[in-house]
Amino acid sequence: MLYDIFIDPFVQMYDMPDFFLQVLWEGFVAGILYALIALGFVLIFKASGVFNFAQGIMVVFAGLTLVGLNENGVPAYLALALTIGAMGILAYGVERVVMRPLVNQPDIILLMATIGLTYFLIGFGEFVFGGEPKQMITEELGLPTGSTAIEFGDRGLVILQHIDIAAAVIAVLMVAALGIFFNKTRIGRALRAVADDHQAALSVGISLNQIWAIVWFAAGLVALATGIMWGARSDVSFALEIVAFKALPVLILGGFTSIPGAIVGGLIIGFGEKIGELYWGGLVGGGIESWLAYIIALIFLLFRPQGLFGERIIERV
Amino acid sequence: MKSITQLALGTAVAVGVAFSGLATTAAQAEDSNYVPLLTYRTGPFAASGIHIANGMHDYLKMLNERDGGIGGVKLELEECETGYNAQKGVECYEATKGKGALVYNPYSTGITLQLIPKAGVDKIPVLSMGYGLSAAAVGSVFPWVFNVPDTYWDGASVVIKYIGEQEGGLDNLKGKKIGYIFLDAGYGREPIPLLEQLSEKYGFELMQYPVGVKEMQNQSSQWLNVRRDRPDYMVMWGWGAMNPTAIKEAVKIRFPMDKFIGVWWSAGDDDAAAGGDGAKGYKAMNFSGVGSDFPALDDIKKHVVDAGLSSTDAETIGGTLYNRGVLNSVIIAEGIRTAQELTGKKVITGEDMRMGLEALNLDEARLKELGLSGFAHPMKVTCDDHAGSHPVFIQEWDGSQWRQASGWIEPMTDVVRPLLEAAAAEYAEKNAPWPARTEPCPN
Repeated sequence: MLYDIFIDPFVQMYDMPDFFLQVLWEGFVAGILYALIALGFVLIFKASGVFNFAQGIMVVFAGLTLVGLNENGVPAYLALALTIGAMGILAYGVERVVMRPLVNQPDIILLMATIGLTYFLIGFGEFVFGGEPKQMITEELGLPTGSTAIEFGDRGLVILQHIDIAAAVIAVLMVAALGIFFNKTRIGRALRAVADDHQAALSVGISLNQIWAIVWFAAGLVALATGIMWGARSDVSFALEIVAFKALPVLILGGFTSIPGAIVGGLIIGFGEKIGELYWGGLVGGGIESWLAYIIALIFLLFRPQGLFGERIIERV
Repeated sequence: MKSITQLALGTAVAVGVAFSGLATTAAQAEDSNYVPLLTYRTGPFAASGIHIANGMHDYLKMLNERDGGIGGVKLELEECETGYNAQKGVECYEATKGKGALVYNPYSTGITLQLIPKAGVDKIPVLSMGYGLSAAAVGSVFPWVFNVPDTYWDGASVVIKYIGEQEGGLDNLKGKKIGYIFLDAGYGREPIPLLEQLSEKYGFELMQYPVGVKEMQNQSSQWLNVRRDRPDYMVMWGWGAMNPTAIKEAVKIRFPMDKFIGVWWSAGDDDAAAGGDGAKGYKAMNFSGVGSDFPALDDIKKHVVDAGLSSTDAETIGGTLYNRGVLNSVIIAEGIRTAQELTGKKVITGEDMRMGLEALNLDEARLKELGLSGFAHPMKVTCDDHAGSHPVFIQEWDGSQWRQASGWIEPMTDVVRPLLEAAAAEYAEKNAPWPARTEPCPN
């Protein structure tokens, strides 16, 4: 038993280096995708202190809008532009109808509002697009398909899916753009002020409404990117909503307020769950991936309760 | 005082509405046969559920439109959305059973398991066509449950038999590895006892790859395990969003698709199409017709779909899961017709329906008469055998549609039946006091 736990997995990694590299690659891709989902949660939490329960359904809604428009004859790139517009309208609507009337209400009220928003979007999405799964328009969007196999002589091969490479590149670009936008611009500083205290931010002339609309729009764009990438891996259906909750352990690990935390947390969870499942999962009959992520997050929490990059909150009484 | 008046008025209105509802139900029950359809057109399993729901609805609706119902009595159809959720399924059952429900089709093993103990109490049979509790095939223990034409254990035995044929005989399975990827729920776990028994008998290694409901669209770990373990064949028990993702992942790791075989619920057109060209050669078991070249389906198109009485997209008529829904309704309709013949009544009850299902004999002549010649293997239910262990065929995806790839393959009844009887006895023991059968046998 001790051999199976402490020795055998490492022997396997040495004996099958191609497979180990494949596991690392899959972990990296999963981590990037988890990070993308987590990013959507972080953006809204930073701005409003709200855990946006609707982030998962926003991923589905964005993906369905894109594919649905294309199915109705709208060219792919125009459909993409219109979907971005739809996410903008959604952000504006959420700010006007949900957030604005709830300014300065307790966080739990805002959380409940996002749960309500989730069910509205599920119903509205099903009403408009139906419940059938749809194929992501990967090729029409100019995203690469197919795969490349890198051979290691007689030691096997590593298969890289082109769409996974594209996902990694897009995620990196998106994170960089958001990082610059929120750290180097006036709106970014205003965002941090809003996150600290709504009333104080209002008192110095920051438009809370504008900030919230921008942040929800940014979260909508992240949801769209996530919907495209996850949709390409399986299909675009309401089942994708469940995938979004993979971001929870990432948030626990990385902190709810840190963009770098979402990235690093996503990667740690991605690598951790793949390596754990593939090399240790067999010891308990497999299928450990779904809870292993939480165990990893909890171990980190023991040492850093605020998450890896979360802000330490000190409240003086 | 004003509020008391309002309260009294409100109560009077509520009572009035409730009584008018009861009166309507009673009136409906006098001149129609009520068939509730537990369906799911929303949620993570809608991808599969929509086609099944459409097929079930459209065939029964067609009978109403074309023939004026069954035996001159219209069918009153009512769908209730379960979302493949056992709790919602039970709520649907409770909400509709008082309206004179003849039969329930839960379309979920989880919901079926919840309804099995209720069926005998409420005297409404459960038809879990090709799913649910395998042991329910034993009619002497489960007189109110029907899983015709096959149990999951029949299916598992067919897939092993087919793999054996590919290898030149079941004896050649010794030393082979067969992977089993399944939805980690009651449904996917159901065939494991039989697969383990067959693994022991024929000497193949059974490798299990569970997929949690939350991991349906995130299966890369399972398929990396498959890549490392290199099983000779893969068998899948998937549903909803699990199916297309599994097929895509199999293509991704370059698993030979002709050695990847799904159960009849992993046989949707959308499921296979998701894998693109790489999915060519993927196989699945089936027991209902392939394609739309059947007179009854033409009638559905003419009387229901083209008439705007359905939410079915005409292009999906003939799809595997649509046809499965149609077959389900054929069994319901024939059960009603048989019950009417047995009892001499036009408007029947759940108890009559149970008799009708137990006396079901859908032979080739009747299938032809229904405009469904070749749509299904002739099937017969007996009082002792509610599944019948009917033959199943293998279909293959050619890149754009399914084609039948084998003849009818008989399940290994010699292995399956003793296991079913043992499992039924075990169920009755665990759920003691399980009522002994007192229902008369119509055969």
